[in-house]
Amino acid sequence: MLMDVRAVRRTGLQPVSFSLAAGEGLAVSGPSGCGKSLMLRAIADLDPNQGEVCLDGALRSAMAAPAWRRLVGYVPAEPGWWADTVGQHFSDWPAAAELAARLGLPLDAGDWPMTRPSSGERLRLALVRALMNRPRVLLLDEPTAALDAASVTRVEDLIAENLRAGLAVVWVSHDPAQVTRVARRRLRWDGEGFREEAGA
Amino acid sequence: MSGYIALSAGDLALASVLVLCNAALSLRWQLGLERKLLVAAARMVLQLSLMGWVLVKLFAWVSPWATLLAALTMVGFAGHEAASRQQRPMSGGWSYGLGTLSMFLAAALVTIFALTGALRPDPWYDPRYAIPLLGMILGNTMTGIGLGLNGLTTGLVNRRAAIEARLMLGHDRRSALAPVTREALVSAMMPIINTMSASGVVALPGMMTGQILGGVPPAQAVKYQILILFLIGGGTGLGALAAVMGGVYRLTDDRHRLRLDRLLSRS
Repeated sequence: MLMDVRAVRRTGLQPVSFSLAAGEGLAVSGPSGCGKSLMLRAIADLDPNQGEVCLDGALRSAMAAPAWRRLVGYVPAEPGWWADTVGQHFSDWPAAAELAARLGLPLDAGDWPMTRPSSGERLRLALVRALMNRPRVLLLDEPTAALDAASVTRVEDLIAENLRAGLAVVWVSHDPAQVTRVARRRLRWDGEGFREEAGA
Repeated sequence: MSGYIALSAGDLALASVLVLCNAALSLRWQLGLERKLLVAAARMVLQLSLMGWVLVKLFAWVSPWATLLAALTMVGFAGHEAASRQQRPMSGGWSYGLGTLSMFLAAALVTIFALTGALRPDPWYDPRYAIPLLGMILGNTMTGIGLGLNGLTTGLVNRRAAIEARLMLGHDRRSALAPVTREALVSAMMPIINTMSASGVVALPGMMTGQILGGVPPAQAVKYQILILFLIGGGTGLGALAAVMGGVYRLTDDRHRLRLDRLLSRS
C-alpha cells in the first residue's frame, strides 16, 4: 500500500480509514457539510487531527509537516495566491508552463497579474502548482468545479496520465459521471461516516 | 534663565475650553465622539494628577522597591492598553500576556541601558530619571506593540488562503507567514520612523518643548530629545519584534499549521 489512512478524525469529521495503492484513484462523494474538505485538510495535516497516516510505511507523525505536504499534495476548492504575478507562484515557471499549456493555458500566463486569471484558470494553475512538487498522493477538492467541458476533459486526462505513472489520487467530486471516469474506488458518505462502496 | 511660568488651575480650565468646544461640535454634528473625548480628557487629568502625586512621593523616597513597583504598574497598564486596541485578540489572554511581557523586556532593557550608559544618575534607579524615561519609552513601545500585534492578527485572518496555499505546498511556517510578519513590523515601526523624520522640521517633540518651557537651554533639550528618540526607536523595535514573533509562534504550531482557532471568535 502506498498510503494508509487510519481513523483520521477531528471535530466535524467522523473517523475515516482507507488505503490507496500507487496509481489508484479514490473518489469521495457526499452532501455539502459532511466533511469532505475537512477530511482532505486533516490528511494534509492542515488542521489539528487525531489518527495516523502512513506513506510507504513511514508515519506522518515522524515526518516534518512541510516534507509530508510535499509528498501528499492538496489542492483546495478555492486555492490561495500570495504573489503579484502568476509565475511568481512557481519555482520553475518555464517547466510549469508546459503542464499549464496542456490544460489550455497560454505559455505567457506566467506574466499575468494575479487579478487576471478566472476562477477556472486559477483551479488549473493550482493543479499545475501542486503537480510541480511531484507528490506521491494528490488530494483534489472539486478540481473541475468552475471549468468548461473541454477543460474538464483536459484535467481528467492529465490526472489519468499521472495515475498511470504511479500517482495516487483522492478526488472529491459532486458529479457521478466524473466519479466513474476518474476512479475505480469510491468513498461515500452514508449519513454516519465515509464508507467504501464495494466493486465499482 | 532657568525660571518657568507656573500654571494655575484657572490656566488649565481655560485650555480645556478647546476640548469642550470639540465635544460641542461632535454633539452638533452627531459624530458620537463627545463621550469618548470627554472620558479620555477626564482620565488624562485624573491619571496625570495621580502620577504627579506619586512622583512627589517617589522623588522623596528614592527607594528602588517603590520605583520598581511604580514601573511594574505602568507596564501592566501599558499591556492592558495595547491589548484593548486589538481588533482580533488572541484567546486565553495571550494578547495581554505577549504585549505586556515584550513591553516589559524592551522597556526594561532600554531604560536600564540609558540609566547605566548615557545618563548615569546617582543612584542609577533615581526615580527622577527612571520613571519619566520609562514612561516615554513605554508610551511609544505600547503603540508599536499594539499596532504590530493588530497587524499580525488581522493580516493572518485576511490572508489565510494565501498563507495556507504556501503551507500546502510544503513551505514552512516562517516563510509562509513572512509577508504578514514583515508588514506587522513595518506598521509597528512606522510611527517612530515618522516621528524621527518629522521632528525638528515639522514637530517639536513634547519632551523637548517641555524642557524648553521649563527653562532648559535649547541645545541641552535637543540632546535629551535625540537620546530619547534613539531609546524609543530601539525599545519599539525590540518590543514589537518580540511581540510579533511571539504571536507568529502562538498562531502556528509545530506541525506548521495556521492556528486562527487561537484567536477570539468575533461575537
